[in-house]
Amino acid sequence: MRPATEPRQRPPEARLLVVAPDGSLRHTARAELAVQLGAGDLLVANDAATIPASLRGVHEATGAPIEVRLAGRRSLMVHRVERFTAIVFGAGDHRIRTEDRQPPPPLRPGDDLVLGPIRAGIVRLLGHPRLVELRFHGTPDAIWSGIARHGRPIQYAHVPEPLALWDVWTKVAALPVAFEAPSAGFAVDWRLLGELRARDVGFASITLAAGISSTGDPELDARLPLDEAYHVPPTTARAVARARSLGGRVIALGTTVTRALEHAATGAGRVRAGTGVATRRIGPETPLHVVDAVVTGIHEPGDSHYELLRALAPEEVLCRAAAAAERAGYRSHEFGDSMLVERQRKPRDEGPDEPVREDVDSATARSTTWVEQLA
Amino acid sequence: MNLRVAVTGGTSGLGRALVEILTDRGDAVAFVARRAEPVRELARLHPGAHGIVGDVSRKEEIYPIAMRVTAALGGLDVLVNNASSLGPVPLAPLADTECEELEEALATNLVGPFRLTKALLGALAAAAREGRPALVINIISDAAVHAYRGWGAYGASKAALLHMSRIWDEELHAHGIRVHTFDPGDMDTPLHALAVPDADAASLKRPAESAREIIALIDTHREVAGVLGGG
Repeated sequence: MRPATEPRQRPPEARLLVVAPDGSLRHTARAELAVQLGAGDLLVANDAATIPASLRGVHEATGAPIEVRLAGRRSLMVHRVERFTAIVFGAGDHRIRTEDRQPPPPLRPGDDLVLGPIRAGIVRLLGHPRLVELRFHGTPDAIWSGIARHGRPIQYAHVPEPLALWDVWTKVAALPVAFEAPSAGFAVDWRLLGELRARDVGFASITLAAGISSTGDPELDARLPLDEAYHVPPTTARAVARARSLGGRVIALGTTVTRALEHAATGAGRVRAGTGVATRRIGPETPLHVVDAVVTGIHEPGDSHYELLRALAPEEVLCRAAAAAERAGYRSHEFGDSMLVERQRKPRDEGPDEPVREDVDSATARSTTWVEQLA
Repeated sequence: MNLRVAVTGGTSGLGRALVEILTDRGDAVAFVARRAEPVRELARLHPGAHGIVGDVSRKEEIYPIAMRVTAALGGLDVLVNNASSLGPVPLAPLADTECEELEEALATNLVGPFRLTKALLGALAAAAREGRPALVINIISDAAVHAYRGWGAYGASKAALLHMSRIWDEELHAHGIRVHTFDPGDMDTPLHALAVPDADAASLKRPAESAREIIALIDTHREVAGVLGGG
């Protein structure tokens, strides 16, 4: 799959591959997203704005150049910005593939990092030589000022041009808590919001501090996504309940929205308003309680986004979709084309004649989790 | 409901009066101004207010300013685009106004508010979805409407801001965001002193008086949002 290499959020030629509930595929223009939705449906976006979370600096003890990528925080509270989970690289920048990046000098608790106008200390290592918890020195205003002046958006080698914040903030970006852009939201503009309104499609948001998507290290990548703090506003919880009562679908704009809504699910398709930390990873065995469809980028088998899609559709359907996208020249990564994957209808919905063993398993898994949730 | 308010041009004149009154009554305030020293000084006098050093006429500073505003306030209910540039000082007839002076007035009075509003629109929309007031107030002048000699760069840029605000309000009010203009009148401010150095200060309006009028406008919206939003 070819990556999209230019930071354009809504290129007019952007495409959308629709994977219908029966597994059939359809190509359409992403600008026509609203047409895929109907009265009573609810589209939910992640309204997190993206922090310029890449901070270049120096490891004070050795004088070695480093790049710190802020990757996680346990809270969405904007005045609680002292402590972050972070990935540390050695010399180099985003133009080098993360897989080929130099490791940082050996890091120890208590080491100081000078990151332009701000300083941070390493609190502890988190089970890997380049994953740390760090603590910024200074007041919250001084920390934010330093990040605003010195930080750059995290980016990867497939987009060589340096990114500015306007490249990575979606049109609904509000609270600056994401470490990388919730890029499925690039599809949204104010024209789309107007079209949704005209079609009586609901629009709501959650805020999830989207973490880092790739570290270049297989061992660390296997730990992604890291825990992510989120907030579900009461109005969103009510909108989900309303969509349910109207028989509408809940469409998550991105994997981060799916993660937040499913973590906040209380059963019967409802979500709990409030804040939380999404810890669970969503995969083929995860029953979805709230989300009926996901709009997301074009993902390669194996990455955590792809794993999440397997909760909606079996491997066979996703492979067929990936092959169709490849044949049609879809672009991958954050500025690329999109897929709308609807939750696949189970064969048992179509009659009792196809008792496929996999479905018995997933039904069992579902009822087990159900009981755990109620307990 | 305490409000989260951002004010540009927040260290002098009307902007400063807004920062002081809003902070005193317990609203969360972030203010933006170009020079670091007055920003530090005002933040020191009003420990609740968040000072942000930035220049809204510079494209590359807009998003960092927007991020610091929402980071300081945890969101945004009201944006007051108050920072203004006179254009040529002393005031000059249009025929003697350099193109660069006109561009500078447009950058501060029109393009800056456009960019900052755009960058903060997501935060305002989030406030609107939660039943909070979501309001942009663009400070204009009667020079936006009347053709005063010598006020060409300023008047033309404020006229454009006035008309842009009206269009924006048409486009956004269905989404729960309102865009208003406010003409504070001739006030005893450093900007007015630059424009009319020999004006009789006693005959001019106090900035605090105009600030209270703006706050009354904001409070009307707060009440409407409170009723319609239903919490």
